[in-house]
Amino acid sequence: MWKVVRKMNKEDYKGIFVFAQQVDGKLENVSYELIGKSKALAKDLGCEVTAMLLGHNVEPLCKQLAKYGADRVILADDPALEVYTTEPYAYVITEIIKKYKPEIALYGATAIGRDLAPRISARIHTGLTADCTGLEIEEETKNLLMTRPAFGGNIMATIACADFRPQMATVRPGVMQRQSPNEGAACKVERFSLPDVASHVNVEVLEVIKKVSTKMDIQDATVLVSGGRGMGGPENFGMLEELADALGGTISSSRASVDAGWVEKDRQVGQTGKTVRPNLYIACGISGAIQHLAGMEDSDVIIAINKDPSAPIFEVADYGVVGDALKIVPLLTEQVKKSQAEKKNA
Amino acid sequence: MNFELSNEQQMARELFQSFAEKEVKPLAQEIDEQERFPSESVEKMQKYGFFGIPIPKEYGGQGCDVLTYILCVEELSKVCATTGVVVAAHTSLASDPILKFGTEEQKKKYLVPLATGKAIGAFGLTEPNAGTDASGQQTKAVLEGDHYVLNGSKIFITNGGKADIYVIFAMTDRSKGVKGISAFIVERSFPGFSIGKKELKMGIRGSSTTELVFENCIIPKENLLGQEGKGFNIAMATLDGGRISIAAQALGIAEGALDETVKYVKERKQFGRSIAAFQNTQFRIADMKARIDAAQLLVYRAALAKQKGGRFSVEAACAKLFAAETAMAVTTECVQLFGGYGYTRDYPMERMMRDAKITEIYEGTSEVQRMVISGALLK
Amino acid sequence: MNIIVSIKQVPDTNEVKLDQTTGTLIREGVPSIINPDDKAGLEAALRLKDQYGAHVTVLSMGPPQASVALREALAMGADEAILVTDRKFGGADTWATSSTLAAAISKLDYDLIITGRQAIDGDTAQVGPQIAEHLSLPNVSYAEEIWLEGDSIKVKRQYEDRYHIVRVKMPCLVTALSELNEPRYMTPGGIFDAWQKDITEWHRDDLKIDDSNIGLKGSPTRVKKSFTKAVKGKGTVVTMDSQESANWLADRLHDKFIL
Repeated sequence: MWKVVRKMNKEDYKGIFVFAQQVDGKLENVSYELIGKSKALAKDLGCEVTAMLLGHNVEPLCKQLAKYGADRVILADDPALEVYTTEPYAYVITEIIKKYKPEIALYGATAIGRDLAPRISARIHTGLTADCTGLEIEEETKNLLMTRPAFGGNIMATIACADFRPQMATVRPGVMQRQSPNEGAACKVERFSLPDVASHVNVEVLEVIKKVSTKMDIQDATVLVSGGRGMGGPENFGMLEELADALGGTISSSRASVDAGWVEKDRQVGQTGKTVRPNLYIACGISGAIQHLAGMEDSDVIIAINKDPSAPIFEVADYGVVGDALKIVPLLTEQVKKSQAEKKNA
Repeated sequence: MNFELSNEQQMARELFQSFAEKEVKPLAQEIDEQERFPSESVEKMQKYGFFGIPIPKEYGGQGCDVLTYILCVEELSKVCATTGVVVAAHTSLASDPILKFGTEEQKKKYLVPLATGKAIGAFGLTEPNAGTDASGQQTKAVLEGDHYVLNGSKIFITNGGKADIYVIFAMTDRSKGVKGISAFIVERSFPGFSIGKKELKMGIRGSSTTELVFENCIIPKENLLGQEGKGFNIAMATLDGGRISIAAQALGIAEGALDETVKYVKERKQFGRSIAAFQNTQFRIADMKARIDAAQLLVYRAALAKQKGGRFSVEAACAKLFAAETAMAVTTECVQLFGGYGYTRDYPMERMMRDAKITEIYEGTSEVQRMVISGALLK
Repeated sequence: MNIIVSIKQVPDTNEVKLDQTTGTLIREGVPSIINPDDKAGLEAALRLKDQYGAHVTVLSMGPPQASVALREALAMGADEAILVTDRKFGGADTWATSSTLAAAISKLDYDLIITGRQAIDGDTAQVGPQIAEHLSLPNVSYAEEIWLEGDSIKVKRQYEDRYHIVRVKMPCLVTALSELNEPRYMTPGGIFDAWQKDITEWHRDDLKIDDSNIGLKGSPTRVKKSFTKAVKGKGTVVTMDSQESANWLADRLHDKFIL
């Protein structure tokens, strides 16, 4: 760290490497998304896309990676890699990068990727850009341009790593497109063995606990599906819960629904309830009185469904639909589930 | 003359502000409606030393200056006047007289728990027949050997029933008139001391305001505060300081009301535009702002005068007179600007107006403040 | 036990608003705060201090006004504060920042280093693990709970759908999540005491580090351009039949990367 930095000879570095994150023998969606995007970048660069697969007894996953476009898989299979801890993974990938010298290395911006990539970037002294939502190749220089949100999401910044290789980035899951699967595809598989991976383990994993979902606080939710007087009765809040579940959020309500006894007070949004700022707020059968708006108008995206075209909620909505929420919500839930199933099908 | 707060005072204000927003504001509506003491936030304030701000460290206090304490009452009152007066009555009316007039033993025994937040304090002067004319004390204390026997009652006592330590005034020698009044430190657990009627009030409804009843209450001789016959002086000196804290409460109420109103008039639309676009609204807000700023300067001036030592009665009286009347005028005006919504409980404005009124009355009515100020000028 | 907590003073990005007419950020009047993840890390250190009598040093790299954040940390109960500041450190990316901080930390004695997971302005979550790498220490990120066990630290390490309970020997580095705890308030007395203390300042020459690793010149990554997201225009309201409406909404969710 204190040594004088030697600039790397960029011509020595070729190829795009992708960290194919797997947990419990199942590849994360972001791995396919990274390969998909890399294939597009590889066209501009005229190179191959290689997936780095680490784990134990994970060879069957190589076919999956080939199916979604990997030209090659470098497979590091070792008992010490079965459950993720930082050091053995950082060690193996650093050795891979030292040997193969890719010009670009991509990781998912996951709880693993955002721990692993910084460690690697500091070890090999190269630049790392976090949580990218855009990647492209700059015409003249062939450098990778990495675009990402900053300042709490209020601005976007485009970053370049001109003088160091590989150019590394963690990429936000759910943004890049995976390729359509090519059923019969095969690719090269190169085994990468190191004799001493186990000796690099310096963190003991004592327990692995899967999460159980509990009822989300509306102020913590990133998605809120909110019901008002227009929902007609408590029995209709079930469809709102289904939509909320599908979107990874929870339900909330206007004061009218709470006063009518349809939902608990902790669901209430507004002047006498809670103030919320989710990424997505779907107002169903809510008119949008000033006391309600005060509690949700800072949401990132506001969708409103209401029978009354002059309802004040439409003044703050990004997308408004004049119609019957009782009919539209179940249909929307269907669409959401369909879209997610298409993504998941591997 | 420096009108800026010091670094410490500025940071302290930010502390009080964020505490008030996060911990006090969410409860304000509920404790008013339920007329209940804000125990949740009181416990937290006790933990963080808000109940001993101007008390020296050697007695378990925070060792800050008077102005920092006043900032606390101001910031709390912006969101909840009840919470502001709980701290104010405890600090100015109970802790302060013990600090000023108590013996070392009394300070160790009573000031430390008050300052460290282990006990809440209260002050008992007012009686059914002794309000503005406080000299007409009927409560009697008779010395019998190693203890006093106290008989009588007090009314309208803030923190009554919630406090553990009470500074109580009683007549020890009726023949001497005002010079026959003495002050005592009375523990809640002393035999013969009970809590009487709980008042149902117009405002600061979460504040516990009760009657105190003394029936042959036994008080150890050591609990005489100051000397026999000096009680009235102690009461007046204490109220001088208390006045500043009530002025701070009134100031906070006015500021809180104006803040809410500025937000509302920007959002509320009538006749195709926000009502903030109308000159009537603008001018009324301008007038309120100027009055509030003037009140703030009077309050801070009084706090600095008390800090300096020496006399500060006139500064304190000016601050309380002006701030209380400002609070009443501002909250009334703000309800009007809210229109119908100002009259309903959806918005805090009606509560702020109800809360403001008491600041013109307790710890010396506005008439008493006028007597103090004119008395000093015309003597 | 010696604990070092690295904190960053950041603008409260939750309060930053977009000027609707110019499309630029309104930065004035936005309060500066201790980064929430870092504050949770500081609280964790203070709890260990309460329980085991640790010595807590807070460290921050920043411009002179970052000293206010350090004051707040002292007022919360930290024992010592160090500001690492120099014009030459300006414009640093995470490599240069982590190198500078590592150079500063290596001047101190420590058993445990706690950083926040990520800052709400930079949003990278990189500096913590990179400091650990520069100091050759094991690191555990995304700590939801921290315990002391003899000469080791136990951490509840958060992942998207699960937790690991892990144990790591000290000296080590842990990055804290704001979910870790509810940070304490300052006390009024603590504030007055904090302003009596001296904040140590370290400048470029106080650190053993090469110029090629600090500041803008020492940053492998550079910002080529930054821009604000599109100003929120007026919304679109449509009237269609139920199925069409549902499809239309689903498409809009796609547009916004929600689906």
